[in-house]
Amino acid sequence: MKMEHDVLRDPVSAVEVKHWRDDFPALRQKVHGQRLVYLDNGATTQKPQAVIDAEAEYYCHYNANVHRAVHALSERATEAYEAARHKVQRFLNAAAPEEIVFVRGTTEAINLVAQSYARPRLGPGDEVVISAMEHHSNIVPWQMVCAQTAAVLKVVPINDAGELELEAYERLVGPRTRLVAITHVSNALGSIVPVAHIIKVAHERNVPVLLDGAQAVSHLPVDVRALDCDFYAFSGHKIFGPTGIGVLYGKRRLLEAMPPYQGGGDMIRSVTFEETQYNEIPYKFEAGTPNIAGVVGLGAALDYVQGIGLDAIAAHEGDLLNHATQEVTAVPGLRIIGTAKEKASILSFTLEGVHPHDIGTILDHQGVAIRAGHHCAMPVMQRYGISGTARASFALYNTRGNVDALVAGLHKVRELFPR
Amino acid sequence: MSDLREIYQEVIFDHYRTPRNCRALAGASHKAEGYNPLCGDRVVVYLQIDDGVIRDASFEGVGCAISTAAASLMTEALKGKRVGDVQTLFERFHDMVTGAPGVPQALGKLEVLAGVREFPSRVKCATLAWHTVLAALKDQREPVSTE
Repeated sequence: MKMEHDVLRDPVSAVEVKHWRDDFPALRQKVHGQRLVYLDNGATTQKPQAVIDAEAEYYCHYNANVHRAVHALSERATEAYEAARHKVQRFLNAAAPEEIVFVRGTTEAINLVAQSYARPRLGPGDEVVISAMEHHSNIVPWQMVCAQTAAVLKVVPINDAGELELEAYERLVGPRTRLVAITHVSNALGSIVPVAHIIKVAHERNVPVLLDGAQAVSHLPVDVRALDCDFYAFSGHKIFGPTGIGVLYGKRRLLEAMPPYQGGGDMIRSVTFEETQYNEIPYKFEAGTPNIAGVVGLGAALDYVQGIGLDAIAAHEGDLLNHATQEVTAVPGLRIIGTAKEKASILSFTLEGVHPHDIGTILDHQGVAIRAGHHCAMPVMQRYGISGTARASFALYNTRGNVDALVAGLHKVRELFPR
Repeated sequence: MSDLREIYQEVIFDHYRTPRNCRALAGASHKAEGYNPLCGDRVVVYLQIDDGVIRDASFEGVGCAISTAAASLMTEALKGKRVGDVQTLFERFHDMVTGAPGVPQALGKLEVLAGVREFPSRVKCATLAWHTVLAALKDQREPVSTE
């Protein structure tokens, strides 16, 4: 089980990881008297001091509304807001900053595409293709738009390892398909989807592709132009940035052809009671005062990640995942859910005779934070015939020692719940 | 570890691994479904009520050790109780598992779940079956949720 990028460089030294770790104040605490071992990064990541400082700096020194006033603070705020847009553009290698729309998160980005791109183009019998390992946020918006338009949702199956069945995908993308919306990395299984191939197949049939990058951006480099994807969505808080801020990337010609998602201030050029002219992209999609502090914090988070480099992060996390995958096999009755050949640093598992919530409680008591449950991916759980899993998800600041604490905790679970 | 030992004690393991009254109840007069959206656990509770007295109680479903043992212990506790006393019993149980201040109520065997008070995130596991019973008594048709 290897990371896509771990061939690029050797695992990072423990000293280097300690430096990264020191950047995150929340990691320096005890929980239930034990040192915190934070392994719930798939849910949200901790924030480096640089992000916390950037938000504080904004509120202390240049809090003002953007794109409005002529005063100095507003100019500074607008400059910082737009500078962050350029950072996102470079981070995704988008062609232009106008292709970066700030939203609340991945969920809002997908809803925006569902309502502004898909809804006007879908008619009865048209099809939207998703996969069997989507997060609810990449299922429900499509169910809603299908209900509004009498379109049909098609689901690409996965195999027992948690890999997309590519032959089935190629059969499912047909003359009625109007959009493919697929996750880049599965939040419940860790599988890395071969998105380049997914996009190639769809484009051969003139079908655009949206990628849900919520679980991908903090683990592997993303180049939207190399991928040639049409839409890419991600959340700031899963890549060490603030909550409540996210990004929708869209190709310029697609965004320009789309009607606004919400109406209000900032998204208009002129308003009379007879007629309103909409602003140009991306402002057309940013109605109302945006989350300026969040945008500034996201910019700082992307600077932080790029300062370390995603290749280094991927190599380190690949080492953690390999180590964890090996070590947990010693826990009696443990079964890994999601054994795709290409995996990001997510380890989902069940323990025979122990409910995931009991695993979560016992690990928490030893300071180890994991996620237990269905991970907002109930169809994935149904696919495996289980109610939920326990999930450890690693980030750049986790160490082999953290993995060992997890494994020791699992042995403690087994001790309390003997077979 | 002492808190953990208190929540995961022998009686709870016993009811988790060998739940009592874990079956559908043919001819139940009351039935309701409960759901904990946090973990996806489901429970169906059946009651046989006659003359205002719970003659029989059973359940199907649930998942974790706490919710399963709580449902099992609850069905045992309900048998023979008057319907009018269930709400009070639930409130005393709820006070116990949420650590409400005051003198501990005499709850008999249900007191093995008192350790849940140290685990706020698990209160819903301990009370899922109870919420479902209250819904059954109200003849509620929609599944009751812990949220």
